[in-house]
Amino acid sequence: MLKLHNISKTFNPGTVNEKTALSGVNLHLAPGDFVTILGSNGAGKSTLFGAIAGSFVVDTGAIHLDGVNITNMPDYKRSKFIGRLFQDPLKGTAPSMTIEENLALAYMRASSGTSPFSMISRKDRAEFRDRLAELGLGLEDRMNHPVGLLSGGQRQALTLLMATLVTPKLLLLDEHTAALDPATAEKVLELTKKIVEENHITCLMITHNIPSALSLGNRTIMMNNGSIVLELAGEERANMTTERLLKVFHEQGISNDRILFSADAE
Amino acid sequence: MISTAVILSALELGCIYALVAMALFLSFRVLNIADMTTDGAFTLGCAVSATVAVAGHPLLALPAAMLAGACAGFITAFLQTKLNIPSILAGIITNTGLYTVNLAVMGFSSNVNLLRTPTLFTLVQPYLGSFFKLVPAAVIIVVMGIALVIFLNTRLGLSIRATGDNPDMVRASSINTGFTITVGLCLSNSLTALSGALLAQYQKTADINLGTGMVIIGLASLIIGETLLPKGKIWMKALGAILGSILYRFIIAIALRMDLPSECLKLISATIVALAIGLPAIKAYLKPATKGGKTGC
Repeated sequence: MLKLHNISKTFNPGTVNEKTALSGVNLHLAPGDFVTILGSNGAGKSTLFGAIAGSFVVDTGAIHLDGVNITNMPDYKRSKFIGRLFQDPLKGTAPSMTIEENLALAYMRASSGTSPFSMISRKDRAEFRDRLAELGLGLEDRMNHPVGLLSGGQRQALTLLMATLVTPKLLLLDEHTAALDPATAEKVLELTKKIVEENHITCLMITHNIPSALSLGNRTIMMNNGSIVLELAGEERANMTTERLLKVFHEQGISNDRILFSADAE
Repeated sequence: MISTAVILSALELGCIYALVAMALFLSFRVLNIADMTTDGAFTLGCAVSATVAVAGHPLLALPAAMLAGACAGFITAFLQTKLNIPSILAGIITNTGLYTVNLAVMGFSSNVNLLRTPTLFTLVQPYLGSFFKLVPAAVIIVVMGIALVIFLNTRLGLSIRATGDNPDMVRASSINTGFTITVGLCLSNSLTALSGALLAQYQKTADINLGTGMVIIGLASLIIGETLLPKGKIWMKALGAILGSILYRFIIAIALRMDLPSECLKLISATIVALAIGLPAIKAYLKPATKGGKTGC
């Protein structure tokens, strides 16, 4: 499904700000895999997503998605089959446009055959309504409201729907619930689980919450200094506890207040 | 004090210049780009329209001017999206180059005279009587306004709107922002050039300096229109651009009646635009920040 082979990226090479963000990352995902990613700030998690989504060109290595080499494909072309959510709920939607218009934009990924001059049809509208209703947030009755009027949680739920409206081959979730209040975060996480499971979407999720990293999905990886330092799957993952994982963290010399805090809160 | 002739001419000019306001609505408001190509594209429209009309094709002059304007917009968009030149600088570069191009279009003369040349307006004069200038201008602005509103609700139009609203999100929706910016700037500059084309035939002369300050006049009209109408749907905003432009011409007409020297108009326009765009900041300075602001976390 997704194959990362020896991916490296150094920002600002040759300057005092030189930073090796990724060094020789290898990762293979099978169809339907749901991988959670842990790591301290600056470990390279978001950079890894940037490399997969095409925000920049990697220095070395190759990226294959579904057998196609996408290493040098521009970001907007990759987004035809890669959905991405950011921590900032404002990043995924156009605030001055209505819910309906935002969904229509997301829907364009699937409708490459239709004329660029066609308008939102009644059929599209009905489909948007149904899909919004599945979120259970009452947004289906507010389709003509500008998205800027929605709360952060509603916007993030809408972004999730937009990223999955046309089922993507790969979904990248970059701490997409971290900026929400706990109750809303819980709700958006539930929606994520439901949508990913129903559509069998291959998914990568960055989180700082160890319990949810271990409970969601079927694999967990830990990153440090631009490399994958630990991979957990199957029985080993099932037997892993927050305490033991924290111990691994310390052994790796990783200190991260946010992870420690989230573990304490459990 | 104000005769029907004054009202009529304000309406006529208002309709013609409304195309510039609509063009700036597209570039400045929708795409969020301050397009400095506007001045040069306006003169380009004048020059092409006058030259083609002199050659005996006053009607063909309009689409020819629009095409020329679209080319100017394309160059600005190319500089901006392919060569990564900041958008304002890209517009200024094109604008500077256009000065020579505009002179060349007019046969390296600084003006072209249409006094004895048939124009769009003289062609319809026998049928429309004293409205022979207003009706064609009004029809063109209404048609262009409706076309623009419909276009902005198509899939391509939606992606252009989203490009100005949230470029990150647009790239994540598999839309090439370079392409949407290019389409937007081509369209807006073809509207600007059409405005120039109509003006050249309207006043029966084209001059190399006609476009100077046009971007500010267009913005002033656009902002006047925005304050007149409630914020809302796209068609309301397009209508606002037209109304704002007409009102602006009335303000000018009244100012001229009050024996204000016409040399002052550019300063007045500049002041209107500076105040209108700066209004939110001015309000923030005047209002004490202690009362339940949106600050903090």
